[in-house]
Amino acid sequence: MYPFKYQKAATVRGAVSLLGKAEDPKLLAGGHTLIPTMKQRLASPKTLIDLSGAGLSGIEQKGRNIVIGAMTTHAEVAASAIVQQAIPALARLAAHIGDPHVRHRGTIGGSVANNDPAADYPAALMALGATVHTSKRKIPAEEFFAGMFATALDEDEVITKIAFPVPAKAAYVKFPNPASRYAIVGVFVAKKGSQVKVAVTGAGSGGVFRHTAMEEALAKRFNPKSLEGVATPAADLNGDIHASADYRAHLVGVIAKRAVAAAIA
Amino acid sequence: MTVTALGAAVRRKEDHRFITGKGQYTDDINRPGQAQAYFLRSPHAHATLKKIDIAKAKAMPGVVAIYTGEDVAADKVGGLICGWMIHSKDGTPMRAGPHPILAQGKVRYVGDHVAVVIAETLSQAKDAAEAIVVDYGVLPANADTSKAQKAPEVHSEAPNNTVYDWHIGDKAATEAAFKAAKHVTTLEIVNNRLVPNAMEPRAAVGEYDAGNDALTLYTTSQNPHVARLVLSAFIGIAPEHKLRVIAPDVGGGFGSKIFIYAEETVCVWAARKCGRPVKWTADRTEEFLCVAHGRDHVTHAELATDAEGKITGLRVKTIANMGAYLSTFASSVPTYLYATLLSGQYAIPNIYAEVDAVYTNTAPVDAYRGAGRPEATFVVERLVEAAAREIGMDPAAFRRRNFVTKFPHQTPVIMMYDCGDYKASLVKAMEMADVKGFGKRRREAAKRGKLRGLGYSTYIEACGIAPSQAVGSLGAGVGLWESAEVRVNPVGTVEVLTGSHSHGQGHETTFAQLVSSRLGISIDNVSIVHGDTDKVQFGMGTYGSRSGAVGMSAISKALDKIEAKAKKVASHVLEAAEADIDFKDGKFTVKGTDKSVDFGTVALNAYIAHKFNPQELEPGLKEGSFYDPTNFTFPAGCHICEIEVDQETGVATIAKWTAVDDFGNVINPMIVEGQVHGGIAQGVGQALLEGAIYNKDGQLVTASFMDYAMPRAHDLPSFDVGMTVTPCPSNPLGIKGCGEAGAIAAPAAVINALTDALGTEEVPMPATPQALWTVIQKQSRAAIAAE
Ligand SMILES: Cc1cc2nc3c(=O)[nH]c(=O)nc-3n(C[C@H](O)[C@H](O)[C@H](O)COP(=O)(O)OP(=O)(O)OC[C@H]3O[C@@H](n4cnc5c(N)ncnc54)[C@H](O)[C@@H]3O)c2cc1C
Repeated sequence: MYPFKYQKAATVRGAVSLLGKAEDPKLLAGGHTLIPTMKQRLASPKTLIDLSGAGLSGIEQKGRNIVIGAMTTHAEVAASAIVQQAIPALARLAAHIGDPHVRHRGTIGGSVANNDPAADYPAALMALGATVHTSKRKIPAEEFFAGMFATALDEDEVITKIAFPVPAKAAYVKFPNPASRYAIVGVFVAKKGSQVKVAVTGAGSGGVFRHTAMEEALAKRFNPKSLEGVATPAADLNGDIHASADYRAHLVGVIAKRAVAAAIA
Repeated sequence: MTVTALGAAVRRKEDHRFITGKGQYTDDINRPGQAQAYFLRSPHAHATLKKIDIAKAKAMPGVVAIYTGEDVAADKVGGLICGWMIHSKDGTPMRAGPHPILAQGKVRYVGDHVAVVIAETLSQAKDAAEAIVVDYGVLPANADTSKAQKAPEVHSEAPNNTVYDWHIGDKAATEAAFKAAKHVTTLEIVNNRLVPNAMEPRAAVGEYDAGNDALTLYTTSQNPHVARLVLSAFIGIAPEHKLRVIAPDVGGGFGSKIFIYAEETVCVWAARKCGRPVKWTADRTEEFLCVAHGRDHVTHAELATDAEGKITGLRVKTIANMGAYLSTFASSVPTYLYATLLSGQYAIPNIYAEVDAVYTNTAPVDAYRGAGRPEATFVVERLVEAAAREIGMDPAAFRRRNFVTKFPHQTPVIMMYDCGDYKASLVKAMEMADVKGFGKRRREAAKRGKLRGLGYSTYIEACGIAPSQAVGSLGAGVGLWESAEVRVNPVGTVEVLTGSHSHGQGHETTFAQLVSSRLGISIDNVSIVHGDTDKVQFGMGTYGSRSGAVGMSAISKALDKIEAKAKKVASHVLEAAEADIDFKDGKFTVKGTDKSVDFGTVALNAYIAHKFNPQELEPGLKEGSFYDPTNFTFPAGCHICEIEVDQETGVATIAKWTAVDDFGNVINPMIVEGQVHGGIAQGVGQALLEGAIYNKDGQLVTASFMDYAMPRAHDLPSFDVGMTVTPCPSNPLGIKGCGEAGAIAAPAAVINALTDALGTEEVPMPATPQALWTVIQKQSRAAIAAE
């Protein structure tokens, strides 16, 4: 790790102002992605702006939305009675991120801002049609994720909260990497009214994506059987030592069926 | 005072210290004035070192010293050694390249040590290392075991990258057996490379005492005396009496901390050179790159059977990857620790094995939990299972037909099995596993879309290494006895100084149990001292499941002497003839009377020496012993794995695990069971999860836990563990050893279950979901083609 300056923001506005003023700054949430990369000397921000005192954690129901503060940890989401009641699939997703250490430090804001192509939350945001609230605007999930480790966030922008519309039915099934337990393939399906959304994480070479062919098939009939024969082209998928693109393409089909089965169970 | 008997499942005395964070590991040790070492490592798998420019780095803040291979050469520091001489078929000695502690002229694997930077802080050392400019002449590299003999030369001393081509057994007789065979089973086997990953990474602190011209090395070692011997006699760091090696609490070794590595050698050498204590602690990446890896064999294996299903011959050709340098005991692992176990539990009349050891541009490979025996067991048990299926016999019945039943049994590959009852462990395991009900469970699984399989592994291992004469005749550079000293204090408490080293095994408890049961004192009044060459007499350390069979036997011998002397003292105290003194339950009694004295009083009298004439009896109560075993010990048993494969995803889930082991007499069943659990976890790790993968450029792709899958609790079922006992006749306690059994038995049980489930023998290790899915795809394509 290279030396850096540590600053703690007391408000979102304070964080934004520090982002504007400080030398080579980086926001610090749970630190579970940022700190390891700094330790390995792969990242070397000059200033860390800690968001833990900026009042960004908490979960509330606002009308038909569940609103989760950016600094809310995975463990808090998993244990939240509100989330468990309204979107149990989201609580379950959070409960299966990493290990207990990770879940008690890692935050939803950090996960979404980082947009790791194998992270779980991006699939939930996409399938549920969530909105990312920031220090300056509201960004629909569709527009927020911009490819591997890339987002629509500006350099001086802070995620404040994420609003999830409550679906009628939803489920997330993850096929974990045997080593890291990140998603090799994770499929989030959500049904709201007549609309079905299927979001796939872990597999796409450009990060999370919506599987429109599956969505069309499921819109006709929300049942795993509807996915028989719906292809997932391997060409756009990742391949690595754990899973080739072909295997991932196959898994997307299997895991999507299991997600639909779980959603209607 | 409560005696803790042999066989009592008492909790481990040491755990309070560990669980409350009070352990003292090498990294917990900080010496006054200490500086930090950081190693600049090669990013290339194979390259010449054209120039190393340290000028700029030396001027960086906090830098104390920077050393390279040139400094090592100038100081005439010897290279690391391989302590077991293996000869090739033609009688020529193995061809080993030099192994300098800092690279000289060439780097040979990613992580090879190019320079050491010693600075006030680790950050400063890293900063300076970044400023070192190295001009590498990158060479083509090879990491692939099977291609090594045609790959670019790693060491000029070893043409075709072949360290030795060794063989064992009767070639002609074995060929004849194969010619006459009714059936021959052939398997191509890859035993995957593993990274040990002890919880505590390796670490060292070197310190120089100028006043006494003496050095101290704190290090993560399983055998501090062996480390001192090698550092003194071969590397030339300091004479033994001027070098103290301390291995304090050590957080797991699994073999990887037997060896004498470059880093600790550099720390102790540099401490004198720069006049500061020098500390190094590996980070996890360094541990992945540079710790000695395990396994990595490619084997062609054949089994010959006759018309009655009797095995008539076994033949293997193995290529064993040694990595880029020969580690301390690397040469012995694929030879005398491997091929000598190829008879398994079976009476096989003819065996012939050829082993080529090869250099590649990878981390050195050496002993890892089981060391050679897991590889041998995997070959034998895969062959036996496949042969049974091919000839249409039940795998358990086929095993029973071929078991060794008369002891002692001389195999064609050196080993003389002293005792065992292989049928007993198989039968017991089959009952515990409800093998009879398997068909029903398989049908039920099929309804859920799961392929269920059952696999056996009836393994044998050779532990308690080893008779010194025997290993000496096979090329070992050391004797493999063990030492002990028992010191009885005047108040009757006891210190045992042992040459064994505990790094998770629970010696502080089991060794104390032995003393308690023998002297009738509480285990709380016994302390076990180990891991410091200044405190403990020379000892050989802990590996190869030897501390019970060899280490405790030495303690037992010393206790015999204590008892004998204490009886003499007691005879004076009780004013009776020595021959009339009985010792039982901590009490000395005069036969046929009620006159008695307890052990504590005798101890005190040994020291105050008021009751006897020092001309006849020396004061004090302290005895030592060296115990050299008469044979290896042969733990054996039967593990049965039941597994289910999800046809859609290729995920394998272990449904049931039964282990019945014969470890001879057991000192503490709870600790033994723990060893079995840990061993199985590691074996399952090898079978389903773990595999070190180098790419074609020699980069380690699996260099972190993000890509290298260690087994988690989640990956394992609850184990059903049972035991059978045939006491070992070769040592006074009847102990065989239990530390490696699980890791030895498990991989074959898993793969045999998977091949049973999938109906093909071609299942690779690790059998990851992707690998199994690929097998399933291949089979369904074949099925379609057949229609
Ligand atoms: C061992 C391990 C296992 C893991 N397993 C999983 C897994 O299975 N699934 C999964 O999805 N994730 C996994 N993670 C990731 C983890 O869950 C966190 O979500 C992730 O580390 C990022 O969250 P964080 O709060 O730690 O963010 P940090 O590391 O603090 O920050 C990450 C990035 O986001 C930026 N950032 C943080 N907060 C904000 C904000 N409010 N506005 C704008 N930018 C911001 C930071 O500047 C930084 O660039 C794992 C992590 C580890 C270490």
